[in-house]
Amino acid sequence: MAKPGSDPPLVDTELAGRVIARALDRGGDLAELFCEARSSFAVSIDESRVERAQGGSERGAGVRVVSGETTYFAHVDGLAEPDLLRAADAAAAALSGDRSEAQPLAATERAPSQEIEIAPEDVPAARKAEILRALDERARAAGGEVAQVQASYAEGRRRVMVASSEGVNASDDRTRVRVGAQVVARRGDVVETGFETLGAHRGFELLEGGAAEAIGGQAAEKALTLLGADPAPAGSMPVVVGKGFGGVLFHEMTGHGLESDAVQKGASVYAGKLGERVAEPIVTAYDDGRLPGAWGTGGIDDEGTPSRKTLLIEDGKLTSYLYDVVRARREGAASTSNGRRESFRHLPIPRMTNTYIAPGDPEPEDLIAGVESGFYAASFGGGQVDPATGDFVFGVSEGYLIEGGKVTKPCRGATLIGNCLDALGRIDGVANDFEMKTGFCGKDGQRVPVGTGQGHVRIGELTVGGTAV
Amino acid sequence: MSGLEELAADALGAALESGASDAEAYAQEGEGIEVRVYEGEVEALTESAERGVGVRAWIDGRAGYAFGTDLSTDGLRGIGAAAVEAARVSDSDEFAGPADPAGTELEEIAGLSDSGLAEWGTERKVDLAREVERAARADSRVVAIEDTIYADASQRVAIASSSGARGGYESTSCYSYARAIAAEGDGDRESGLGFDLARGPGSLDPGAIGGEAADRATSLLGATKPESRTCPIVLDETVAASFIGFIGGVLCADAVQRGRSPFADRLGDEIASAALTLADDGLDPGGPASAPFDGEGTPRRRTPLIDAGRLTTYLHDSYTARRAGNGQASTGNAARSGYRSAPSVSTSNLVIAEGAKDADELIAEAGDGVYVTDVAGLHSGVNPVSGTFSVGASGRRIDDGALAAPLSEFTIASDLARMLTAVQASGRPARWVPFGGSVKAAPLLIAEMAIGGS
Repeated sequence: MAKPGSDPPLVDTELAGRVIARALDRGGDLAELFCEARSSFAVSIDESRVERAQGGSERGAGVRVVSGETTYFAHVDGLAEPDLLRAADAAAAALSGDRSEAQPLAATERAPSQEIEIAPEDVPAARKAEILRALDERARAAGGEVAQVQASYAEGRRRVMVASSEGVNASDDRTRVRVGAQVVARRGDVVETGFETLGAHRGFELLEGGAAEAIGGQAAEKALTLLGADPAPAGSMPVVVGKGFGGVLFHEMTGHGLESDAVQKGASVYAGKLGERVAEPIVTAYDDGRLPGAWGTGGIDDEGTPSRKTLLIEDGKLTSYLYDVVRARREGAASTSNGRRESFRHLPIPRMTNTYIAPGDPEPEDLIAGVESGFYAASFGGGQVDPATGDFVFGVSEGYLIEGGKVTKPCRGATLIGNCLDALGRIDGVANDFEMKTGFCGKDGQRVPVGTGQGHVRIGELTVGGTAV
Repeated sequence: MSGLEELAADALGAALESGASDAEAYAQEGEGIEVRVYEGEVEALTESAERGVGVRAWIDGRAGYAFGTDLSTDGLRGIGAAAVEAARVSDSDEFAGPADPAGTELEEIAGLSDSGLAEWGTERKVDLAREVERAARADSRVVAIEDTIYADASQRVAIASSSGARGGYESTSCYSYARAIAAEGDGDRESGLGFDLARGPGSLDPGAIGGEAADRATSLLGATKPESRTCPIVLDETVAASFIGFIGGVLCADAVQRGRSPFADRLGDEIASAALTLADDGLDPGGPASAPFDGEGTPRRRTPLIDAGRLTTYLHDSYTARRAGNGQASTGNAARSGYRSAPSVSTSNLVIAEGAKDADELIAEAGDGVYVTDVAGLHSGVNPVSGTFSVGASGRRIDDGALAAPLSEFTIASDLARMLTAVQASGRPARWVPFGGSVKAAPLLIAEMAIGGS
């Protein structure tokens, strides 16, 4: 198996140039060819039985022509010359102008690859099943009340190539692996679940040395802890949000509102706020597509723009939105390398990569010690925001009461609900225990891997919607 | 036999040649268009075409799956070999195997395709989307339309299995939606979604779609947070669809057999109030999931799920039916999300039986309570194993049996079992809603639910 990044380009430069010229046959300001070869393998364990083993591979291309404010896009399966020309013709079909000229393509630029020590496709499938069995065993060993363990392993490799009429000619090779575990614990009539995941833009080495098994143990501990939980309180109170996946709160309540498509349509509460103070000076945040090995990392984005680190909030002040090529052109700005797409079947749109609040000085215990009566949201099941109104909601998968500056009883069924600008402005503590976690973000029907992260964060006041009324 | 059916048969043959003792091939091809309009102009126009095959292979009760888009002879051989290789990783399961279609005829269903779709050129579809946007803008309080989308697709499906399943069908579908943003005074912004779906664009009403988006957004202007309390709730048909979709999921035999359903061991019990009757209908031509056969070649059918409150059956594919024993047959609920994934048990189209009262009459019956028009965070806010939930919501206060001030930023919480027994009435009319899978949903009056606000 070749090392990632050393394979020949998916389509040679001469053919890519012809496809772009063909796409501009009837006019247009920008034409782009996006080629992709993707392969995946996944397997699960459930009821201690290895099942749902499945693999797949696809090759295809998407061609887009941008003319004024309009984008024409067509995608096809296959990367042979007739496939690519068919896509170019379909994208150009709705235009009716004179031919536009393209800049000559640069020599292929390979994005610096992430270090992949063990290519997952070189690891026998039986070893992947073995890891799941070990995870299952570890989770079941956590306690007699563990009733069910479900876990999955997934690997994927995406080789992409982007060529455009602006001379871009770039390739990237992305390998990702991930395991996830869900454990159900039961005590009498009480049933609780615990989740945990581990994933990275890395090779199979990520899961070796007991790392995958540990995920099973952690998911089981969460489920077992919740068995003793009381219904969550309802009402407004100080909330401390957990490190790592707790960063999904920032992802939802701020990150989506900074995506330039929403901003330009006036569909974001952050529109017109650039340079303004949106948070306390202790809050600094980034979107960083280069973070080594992180889940949302890539060498380039899906428009060929080299990945970069973008300062979003500096000492509480809003400093940048997230741009792809099309939205950046509209403002005479440069892409921030956030043009991402799920596959060759989708148009690139502004998306986050790895988004996080930078670590602060306090210890996490110090944040909690400052709360007389409040709620500790250690981990979330997920969340949702309407960027246009700023309203958000999060399901808390692991929550506790804070009483007298200490974390006390576990709580079940809590939801955090609030408004973005309001909640962001109320962050009054960011701890030093920074951690990145993996997630999948859905937008416009496209699902992409994103990293979320932070140390523990305290919000002065937020609504907790629990079942204890 | 169509070209696609031949392709399925070839893929089946390739898998058997690769050493599978049993196999099943599912081939799918289709074309579609998506029009995105913004401020009267086309923002993006997408033409899509795809064709692929997914193969399940079994070796001695071990199952594996593979898919691909290289449909050459070598490509099919590769897909078959990958499915067999995947099967070798899996543990043996005595109930695994292809569906047994013995003695069943795959009947065509009239109305899955709208021949009118072919007569619509791109320009006319763009005009339809523009009309949706215009209608949403008619209210001066609407300040922006974030997205206006029209999309359609034609697809063809074929299946072939070593147990004798053979068949194919074609269908068309289209939908349109708009998200309007309304604002009043400074700061207060609300958004609202309007949508419709059909087999062809001639059946969509652009004025109604845009109007719904505007109505939903403007009706929330000035919303405040309600006080926390327990009170009667009316769910509008979109919210009812989301919850009923969740309930359909935990009535799937897979969840039940694996101990992940709050309704396990409840067959024949009164799990809901007598006011609720629910069916899974895989044959209604209006339902997006309707088809002559399911994802493994078993005929789709209409299955009563909850009959005046009583749980009559779980939903099965061939695996869960064999595992259930007692002569249980598949209910034709093996679902696929295309050729890229293996089938699994899922609802087809859920249909809530309509009651006698319309939404206004349900609101009058509620007296004092809350009318919920939108929920958020359902996928993270419901625990599917225990059934407890707490989700974000917005809507209107109900005072003295009539709609009053708008409300937002609150939660509604209960558990699925308690909610079902608290259904006081189902309303009318029912409407196809693409949330929670595909649900023909009616508004529901729930006698009591917890509201979390200030």
